[in-house]
Amino acid sequence: MVDQLSPLQPVLEAGRHPLADHSVGVTLGETQPGSIVQLAAWRGQEGAAVATIRDVTGLALPDGPGSGAFAETKAAFGFAPGKFLVIDQDEGLAAIFAGAVTSETGSVTDLSHGRTAIRVGGPKAQWVLAKFFAVDFSLSAFPLGSGISTVHHDIFAQIQRTGLEQFDLYVFRSFARAFWTSLRHASEEVGYEVQ
Amino acid sequence: MIIKCPWCGPRDSSEFVYQGEGGRTRPDQSSTDQSAWNAYVYDRVNTAGDHDEIWQHSGGCRSHLKIIRNTVTHKVLSVVFACDTQDQEKPA
Repeated sequence: MVDQLSPLQPVLEAGRHPLADHSVGVTLGETQPGSIVQLAAWRGQEGAAVATIRDVTGLALPDGPGSGAFAETKAAFGFAPGKFLVIDQDEGLAAIFAGAVTSETGSVTDLSHGRTAIRVGGPKAQWVLAKFFAVDFSLSAFPLGSGISTVHHDIFAQIQRTGLEQFDLYVFRSFARAFWTSLRHASEEVGYEVQ
Repeated sequence: MIIKCPWCGPRDSSEFVYQGEGGRTRPDQSSTDQSAWNAYVYDRVNTAGDHDEIWQHSGGCRSHLKIIRNTVTHKVLSVVFACDTQDQEKPA
């Protein structure tokens, strides 16, 4: 398989950028999954798609809009009616799904080279993300494991909550460097660490 | 203005794109009735009040939505998936 090169590679430098009191409010990083796959189920086939995700990844998605689940190296969530994003740190997930999803169920699109995964964590993660997206990031409105689709100006973003204070963002790779730069600027007021 | 997407929940109107007046019937593709095509393309009811509209949640789940919005107050009275209303309107 072709090596995946991160669009953030020229600008991503690990290090601390704390406030004057040495505290950091957020940590920023790139998770670099080997596989990012979109599953789209035909109308009425949503249950079959959820069952396929469970069979392939072991992740059980609860019912309901935006529901999702995650494990140490895998994650999945619904981001639109009948559409799911499935992420694996290992490569080759699209090929597995291509064999598991029939033409009666839906379609599989390999986005592994098309999206960049950015992880924002820490006590001020909600605060920083709320500056970008007009979305309620509180735990009651955005439960653990669930995901959403939203937009920051022209930058479409799919976001999954993977911790009480942690979110994984999937943005188009062509916008990723610009978004990363904005994210660093937005994080300056709370102090941040790049991992 | 907040629009409550049936899938995503309440979102800012900047995430949505207006796609025109709802409830318009496209003339038959083979029709040569110029006045019918003219009416379909250009005529609008321009309601001051509750207005039937089609929107797309382009900055979200990308669903097409049928929305009743009051053009005087901007109050959104109902939001449903456009695909569901089409199913209901299909002849039996």
